[in-house]
Amino acid sequence: MKSTIAKSDAARDAAFRRLLSGAEESGSLIPLLQKTQGLYGYLPERALVRIARRLRLSPAQVYGVATFYGQFRLRPAGRHLVTVCHGTACHVAGAERISEALEGALGIRTGGTTPDGLFTLRNVACLGCCSLAPVMMVGETAHGRLTPAKAKAVLRRRAR
Amino acid sequence: MRARPGWTVTVGMSSCGVAAGAEAVREAFRREIARRRLPAAIRITGCVGMCHREVLAEVSPPGGGATIYGDLTPERAARIVERHLLGGEPVREWIVADDRAPLHALPYFAKQKKIVLRNCGFIDPEEIDDAISMGGYEALRAVLAEGSPEAVIACVEASGLRGRGGAGYPTGAKWRRTRESPGAEKYVICNADEGDPGAFMDRSVLEGDPHTVLEGLAIAAYAVGASRGVVYVRAEYPLAVRRLRAAIGQAERRGLLGRDILGSGFDFSVALMEGAGAFVCGEETALIASLEGGRGMPRLRPPFPAARGLRGMPTCINNVETLANVPWIVRHGAERYAAIGTPGSRGTKVFALAGKVARGGLVEVPMGITLREIIEEIGGGSGTGLPVKAVQIGGPSGGCLPASRFDTPVDYESLKESGAIMGSGGMIVLDESACMVDIARYFLSFTRDESCGKCTFCRVGTKRMLEILDRIALGRAEEGDLDLLEELGRSVGIASLCGLGQTAPNPVLTTLRFFREEYEAHIRDRRCPAKKCRALFRYRVDPSRCTGCGACARVCPVGAVAGEKGRPHLIDEARCTRCGLCVEACPADAIAAE
Ligand SMILES: Cc1cc2nc3c(=O)[nH]c(=O)nc-3n(C[C@H](O)[C@H](O)[C@H](O)COP(=O)(O)O)c2cc1C
Ligand code: FES
Repeated sequence: MKSTIAKSDAARDAAFRRLLSGAEESGSLIPLLQKTQGLYGYLPERALVRIARRLRLSPAQVYGVATFYGQFRLRPAGRHLVTVCHGTACHVAGAERISEALEGALGIRTGGTTPDGLFTLRNVACLGCCSLAPVMMVGETAHGRLTPAKAKAVLRRRAR
Repeated sequence: MRARPGWTVTVGMSSCGVAAGAEAVREAFRREIARRRLPAAIRITGCVGMCHREVLAEVSPPGGGATIYGDLTPERAARIVERHLLGGEPVREWIVADDRAPLHALPYFAKQKKIVLRNCGFIDPEEIDDAISMGGYEALRAVLAEGSPEAVIACVEASGLRGRGGAGYPTGAKWRRTRESPGAEKYVICNADEGDPGAFMDRSVLEGDPHTVLEGLAIAAYAVGASRGVVYVRAEYPLAVRRLRAAIGQAERRGLLGRDILGSGFDFSVALMEGAGAFVCGEETALIASLEGGRGMPRLRPPFPAARGLRGMPTCINNVETLANVPWIVRHGAERYAAIGTPGSRGTKVFALAGKVARGGLVEVPMGITLREIIEEIGGGSGTGLPVKAVQIGGPSGGCLPASRFDTPVDYESLKESGAIMGSGGMIVLDESACMVDIARYFLSFTRDESCGKCTFCRVGTKRMLEILDRIALGRAEEGDLDLLEELGRSVGIASLCGLGQTAPNPVLTTLRFFREEYEAHIRDRRCPAKKCRALFRYRVDPSRCTGCGACARVCPVGAVAGEKGRPHLIDEARCTRCGLCVEACPADAIAAE
């Protein structure tokens, strides 16, 4: 899912309205949430309320689904989503040290966003590139065979 | 000498290749070829399974033949263009295989048998013609032209194929039950949620050969009487999603999916649904709940999805690898498939071999091969200089088997007997640096996080078990804790509704069974033999070796190292988080755990 950061607020809202008008049944709730997050980078509360109304669900039901799945965020994320793999292969290859090095370099804890809004750091339970462990993903690009120093260098390049 | 027209450079572009830098390598090939105006085409392919040699690329001269290069970087790609494409001389040092020493003769491939992975790493997964040239959709064509659904089911039953998603349920029997269940409409679902950490079989197949999976799904639909299907793909696999979506579109345009397929009157359309990051949604009833737009919580079975599934209709759910076997079985016959493997476990199984192993990657082996053959002969041992200690099979539902059990054959029954399970195919090799308490703790914290919360034993039981493991890792456990852990583990297994809770204790119970003395060292001696549990060791600078270069102090994320330039440094034990970054940074090997 690509996030369309460049769009203006008005354009995003218009796209959201188009999304909503195309949705009808409750079975489409998850794809709808995914597309909404693709637009805004997270799930704004007002969007959840309108989705609920449109699909004739209670806001609590929609909120319940949005909080059940790890993919959904209720707060905006930074420009670069940094996902450090903590799958089995990465765990035994030292994923924890990658996370610690990045936490130290960015000055935030896993789950947090840097004050300048540039980076959000989070964990995932396997990116499926286990032979290249430890691995992290920045946006949609995976970086393998990391060392703490290499991981920090990747972020430095992004920060520029 | 100028290169003759018609060279081909094929770059391996699966997620693992990309993570190793394949994009930059492809770009370097493109740039160098364009700069020198060489008549060479650049293609892409999926993962041939040798993830340990990524980035891989194949160079084929106009007259045929191939040289496969590994460990590529953009600089090396440029050298290959210059010396091989332009100069006509292959660059020896990075060759993985060529016509004189072909791939299948390498120790890595010698014991493998490729059915599911037959096209991965050979075809361009984004070109349907590539798949078709390898016989893609021929099985579907044959089935629609001359096979009744009944004949297809009989064929799959006779092949002995069992589900590769973990539980090993016979595929033919599942298809028959779905076919025989009454329902106004029926569905087929391809389970591509692949949530087990340390597993990437399904991802590689989807990225490397999506048409084989679609063909298998269409054959399943024809057999059970479904006209609609869904592929449920894990959201963390963006490349697989993209290639699958493209493949569906191509197959539709060729009339291989959609209305009146190949003029047979059979309609079958496929939708793609991306998961949203919940491990439990790989469980079939949770997956259906998620497709229906709800929280992905499993429900009690029966009724099985084959009787009541999506929207209450009979639904056949199969794993990616299961479906990828089907076209081969239809084309080559059930007998040939059943001739591979053991009586209870026919055919091949794909394993994702990773962890402390010299040659990691994707391997497909005949069932019945031993763990030793996979880990030592195919994988080449640990590759770290330390002996292999154990192998973790089956992810969070599986177990750890010690090296002394490596003669166990890989089949459903033998693995189950050993305390591990076949699982979906994750195989993580551990060397002597692994702490088994840490491994058990790792998996349990995973299942605790991923428990959907419906069953009390799974929700609270995993939490209590993890607390005990935490105590052990902190050196605060007591004698009776291991018995408590075992008892809790058994209860969680019995009192949980779905496979997640039922199998969650396995990593703990198997490590307790085979590595009890390691747990006891943590409890009695407050010692972590592998020096992984951070509360049970500390780092010390050896003043006689320290040169005072300050590298350690610079990398320490918490400012726990101090010292004057040129003088031995000191680590503040209270502040140190035992991350070990200083050990790695020290050029004089002066820092060690004790
Ligand atoms: C917690 C849990 C997670 C599962 N995850 C997956 C998965 O990611 N992929 C999969 O194919 N099957 C998974 N399964 C097994 C499915 O429930 C189901 O048995 C399987 O998709 C059936 O396909 P098969 O018969 O072809 O193996 C999981 C089961 C449980 C209990
Ligand atoms: S364990 Fe990290 S990619 Fe699989």
